[in-house]
Amino acid sequence: MERKKTIVATASLAGCFGCHMSLLDIDERILSLIDLVDFNKSPINDIKNFTEYCDIGIIEGSCCNSENVHALKEFRKNCRILISLGECAIMGGVPAMRNGIPIRECIEEAYMNSPSVKGHNPEMILPNDPELPMLLDRVYPCHEIVKIDYFLPGCPPRADLIYSALEALITGNEMKLPYEIVKYD
Amino acid sequence: MAQKITIEPVTRVEGHGKVTIHLDEEGNVVRSRLHIVEFRGFERFIQGRPYWEAPVLVQRLCGICPVSHHLAAAKALDVVVGAGTGHGLSHTAEKVRRLMHYAQIFQSHALHFFHLASPDLLFGVDADPKIRNIIGVARVNKGLAVQGVMMRKFGQELIQATAGKKIHGTGAIPGGVNKNLTEEERDAFTKGAAPMNPGAMVVWAEEAIDFFKQYYKKNREFIDTFSVFPSNHLSLVRKDGALDLYHGNIRAIDSEGKVILHDVDYQEYFNYIHEEVRSWSYMKFPYIAELGEADGWYRVGPLARLNTCTFIPTPLAQKEFEQYKANTIGKPNNMCMHTHYARLIELLHAAEVIRDLLNDPDLQGNELVRRGEKKHEGVGVIEAPRGTLFHHYRINDNDQIEMANLIVSTTNNNEPMNRAVNHVAKTMMTGKKEITEPMMNAVEVAIRAYDPCLSCATHALGQMPLEVSLFDADDQMIDRKKKG
Ligand code: SF4
Repeated sequence: MERKKTIVATASLAGCFGCHMSLLDIDERILSLIDLVDFNKSPINDIKNFTEYCDIGIIEGSCCNSENVHALKEFRKNCRILISLGECAIMGGVPAMRNGIPIRECIEEAYMNSPSVKGHNPEMILPNDPELPMLLDRVYPCHEIVKIDYFLPGCPPRADLIYSALEALITGNEMKLPYEIVKYD
Repeated sequence: MAQKITIEPVTRVEGHGKVTIHLDEEGNVVRSRLHIVEFRGFERFIQGRPYWEAPVLVQRLCGICPVSHHLAAAKALDVVVGAGTGHGLSHTAEKVRRLMHYAQIFQSHALHFFHLASPDLLFGVDADPKIRNIIGVARVNKGLAVQGVMMRKFGQELIQATAGKKIHGTGAIPGGVNKNLTEEERDAFTKGAAPMNPGAMVVWAEEAIDFFKQYYKKNREFIDTFSVFPSNHLSLVRKDGALDLYHGNIRAIDSEGKVILHDVDYQEYFNYIHEEVRSWSYMKFPYIAELGEADGWYRVGPLARLNTCTFIPTPLAQKEFEQYKANTIGKPNNMCMHTHYARLIELLHAAEVIRDLLNDPDLQGNELVRRGEKKHEGVGVIEAPRGTLFHHYRINDNDQIEMANLIVSTTNNNEPMNRAVNHVAKTMMTGKKEITEPMMNAVEVAIRAYDPCLSCATHALGQMPLEVSLFDADDQMIDRKKKG
């Protein structure tokens, strides 16, 4: 009898997409992975909205604006298991280095003080448009917004770690965690 | 009734960019905008960090081509530690970095072609999104999909061998590199079982060009006329005018080939390139200062590079380059879809460079780092897969970063992408009260030709999701369509 495929959804919030790229680094195993899983909502295919309840949701990146928070809550609602993938999702990562600095200073540095802009922005135009989402006061790791079931460390987590976690969740077998594949950088 | 249409190339909730199109009462396009909605603020939060952190820290803005940021930052800091630019480094350091960089170009261009372009070519741009991705390719042409996966793998493993990690490595440090390439590491590639060796990669790159040329023959009209508009072109070129993706001077030409920036030193980029801020996007708009905001904008990336350079310094790619140039009788190429063609010629060039470099005994040298008199400021520029990338740092007496400025490849293409969208909107939206499917596809194809990081990201395995909303004169939404 054919087993029902595991449904996986992924999202990139305030991250660099490196975690998703690391998933691609499972190389030829990606061709066998597609026999085991169906990707639902994910930037790696073209599905924009959840079309069914998913078994596994994978989140890369933290929450730095209102849209990130909204997306994360949607994932929690639509996924049985939610994974924080990588340092940004787990603890904010590099984007969270802005925590503690007033957001106005960040904006001014980029759009008024920069050497290629300085003196050329006399009207002091700053990005400020209804089309742009609201920046949050600080960058939040995912588990501060919703409940997270698993954390995969690394920046990015090694491809082998991602693969072995997915394999364990799909088959129900215990996860293999050899020393070499768990890295924190 | 005047209308506004919103297109989100990436889903609203994960959005990195979106497009709005405004129509007047008669349904004419009055303006269109590509909004970039992501903001990190790194220019400020990097202040106070020790300068040697920059090469490992800044690459974490973009995991799609982290090697480019890693190397651009290292090059800027070469100047700070007194090693200077270009040949200031030891042969070993420069060549290890070059190998890392061309490996990145190779894997990135291969990823783009096999994961993104090949599904379009196999299934057509209007095909069902469910099959229009690498998974669909694997089902109808397993060989092609495997080839794509293996080419990326080859590049990523070379990056690992030189940078220490496939993504966010540590190999380049201010003034040089932290390791050479040992003979064993080298042999793993040069003596690798087929197809995982440099010779096989050159052959596959040639096959990719053939694949494209066949498609071009059958679809000439589409490739030659879609979203064509004149622009300036900018890139680094080597002293003798050769294509060089790691180091050179800035050259810019206009749409007819007249030189505007004549091989200027990038340490003074801020005298030649300025950026405009517009309130509706977090991405700035660079332009050549002398020409001003209205006329000074330019394209970067594969299309621009093959326009600015005089020749390609490897024989197979040079032969393809000559054929490619014949299409425009030697004039600059302003045809957006030819970017795919140019990208594949660069893929072949990268394969050749990798093959030749791997045989260079300098890679096993032991002089890794050079330092000289400390400076307080440095600029590093590199040709990333998607175009020219600028890094600029100033440090204080405590070695802390005081100022950082970046102009990334996709930012350089900001205005061209906006023009491309406008071009499509004008030709396809005028007089329409409803968003049509062909229009959605066309906007997607136009943006994608520039391979912006934001779309490349969403394209790793599939195609760009789109969302279009139609607004009337009072900004009330009257229609909304989604694709995918
Ligand atoms: S954890 Fe690292 S690789 Fe992943 S999104 Fe964050 S910076 Fe990128």
